[in-house]
Amino acid sequence: MTQTKPPAETESQEPVTPSVPFVRALLRNPTMVTFAVLLGIIAAFSILAPDTFTQRSNFVQLAQNVAILTVVSVGTTFVIITAGVDLSIPSGIVLGEVFAVHALQLIGTGGDTTAADVAADQTKGWYMLVALAGALLAGLIIGTINGLVVAYLKVPPLLATLGTLGAGLGAALILQNGVNTATYALDPLGHGSWIAAVPNLIPIALVVVVAGFILLHMAVFGRHTFAIGSNPEAARRAGINVERHLLKVYIIGGVSAGFAGFLSVAYFSTTSIGGHSTDNLQAITAVALGGTSLFGGVGSIIGTLIGVWIPAVLKNGFVITGVQPYWQDVAVGLVLIVAVWFDQLRRRTRNRG
Amino acid sequence: MTPVLGAYRVMKTFGHVRALRHASFEAFPGEVTALVGDNGAGKSTLTKVLSGVYSPDEGEVRIDGNPVRLSDPHDAKARGIETVYQDLALAPDLDAAGNVFLGRELRRFGILHNHPEMRRRTATAFRDLGVGLVQDMRAPVAEFSGGQKQSVAIARAAMWATKVIIMDEPTAALGVIQTAKVLELVERIRDKGIAVVFISHNLPQVLQVADRIEVLRLGARVARFRRGEADVDRLIAAISGAYANEESS
Ligand SMILES: Nc1ncnc2c1ncn2[C@@H]1O[C@H](COP(=O)(O)OP(=O)(O)OP(=O)(O)O)[C@@H](O)[C@H]1O
Ligand SMILES: [Mg+2]
Repeated sequence: MTQTKPPAETESQEPVTPSVPFVRALLRNPTMVTFAVLLGIIAAFSILAPDTFTQRSNFVQLAQNVAILTVVSVGTTFVIITAGVDLSIPSGIVLGEVFAVHALQLIGTGGDTTAADVAADQTKGWYMLVALAGALLAGLIIGTINGLVVAYLKVPPLLATLGTLGAGLGAALILQNGVNTATYALDPLGHGSWIAAVPNLIPIALVVVVAGFILLHMAVFGRHTFAIGSNPEAARRAGINVERHLLKVYIIGGVSAGFAGFLSVAYFSTTSIGGHSTDNLQAITAVALGGTSLFGGVGSIIGTLIGVWIPAVLKNGFVITGVQPYWQDVAVGLVLIVAVWFDQLRRRTRNRG
Repeated sequence: MTPVLGAYRVMKTFGHVRALRHASFEAFPGEVTALVGDNGAGKSTLTKVLSGVYSPDEGEVRIDGNPVRLSDPHDAKARGIETVYQDLALAPDLDAAGNVFLGRELRRFGILHNHPEMRRRTATAFRDLGVGLVQDMRAPVAEFSGGQKQSVAIARAAMWATKVIIMDEPTAALGVIQTAKVLELVERIRDKGIAVVFISHNLPQVLQVADRIEVLRLGARVARFRRGEADVDRLIAAISGAYANEESS
């Protein structure tokens, strides 16, 4: 077809932006840039601290540390691709923890004790499932409220989820009377290893990543998510029920937070009603670092995975090399600005005629 | 003959703007009906009423003579009515196939999309259309030129229309050759028995392709012509209000 194109045809002219194919490829695929950054950081620390940083145990430890953030960042990726944002993640996580523990407390084990009080070696598989159901329910509630308010009441997501952030944390404090509850019922999950020497949180996070990847990049659901973020009116005119889809996306965000809360109780053996307060910003940072556009329509799960690792590796590397770990915050902040600037650049150069 | 698609005394108001005031319109199977009128006459608003994007404040839409309530674009599509919108309604971050099949993705295992097959069929559709697309079937349509974007929107509508295709200024951004191709396509679609609604400001083009012409002025129909009844001067007179052959109210 190309060779029969007559030269007079105005629209057949080669695109003028950007002229260097390599630059264009980079701009089209910002994930490659962040991946290169991550590899660069890893290489640097491998040279600076060859004995400690590169040890397998260090990487396993890192993977375990980022597992919970990975789970919520996968959910956040969906939300941000719709040009939305979910600030309520901390309340989803904390309510997830609280609901998990309260669910355990519903199960009597004779006398005054409940499943929340059992020792780690006395717990049962179905206790954990009940706790899981509780945590997911909490996420479902938060996500549904977010989705209804954003999609149907048309409240801007920043404010809608700011509202559920405060409300959810408040509800958690009320349910807990302001104090945390310890439980060892989920210990086999949080501290066990189904696969030799690999802590469970790692394969669990991996499963979430794979599920997120399939849903976002291979399923029709993901295609519609991109379309809505790209041009909601076009999606609507194509016959997509935009409101219902947005509701589902915010439910994914909420449920991923609730699930993260479940993992958090399993790992820390306690609720942490005062914790997780910056998990929303960490997740948004990871997603943005990974090349997902805050303006919607563009993004990837792989990018998010890389975006989760960059701050974690930096912090770990600084600790190991004896640099003040606070430099991590400075470095991540700067990398974030560059990543978002890149996204802007990409947008400006590709929008034509 | 019953019109396959008709609008009768339709009102549509946006705040203080009365975009349509008792506008009527009819399109027949196997005919190209051109809709002409000045900027702001209400052509695009009327097409959106006909394709389910807006529901009319008053008046009715009929398909095959039966009053229908098109509550969203999905309804119109399900009845075989496809639209090339003036703003094209493309998702710029998706590639051509993603746009052509948006909302009607080919599936695998129920939930996954079959992108390679969609891409193949899109390429075929473009070839049939004579669209000299595309530098890259994988590129997001944001990287396309205005004419290429328009071609994607036209190919999408042409692929799915079974009853009516509404084209709101489909040749506005096209070069000479591409415009000729679209006019050919319009005739080909009409010869399949589909009703084509064609909006354009290019009056010679309208006279060339249209079997009937309806003129909209200030939100109401003021004139109708069959092929051969009108010429450029008379159309201009109707568009500017100097000529009318229809009661407007
Ligand atoms: N969504 C909207 N909100 C407010 N006003 C609108 C809207 N859509 C159309 N209008 C107004 O309705 C009137 C008719 O607009 P419409 O787009 O239908 O005209 P048109 O005949 O398609 O013009 P053109 O030839 O310039 O495309 C205009 O005054 C326009 O400003
Ligand atoms: Mg218009």
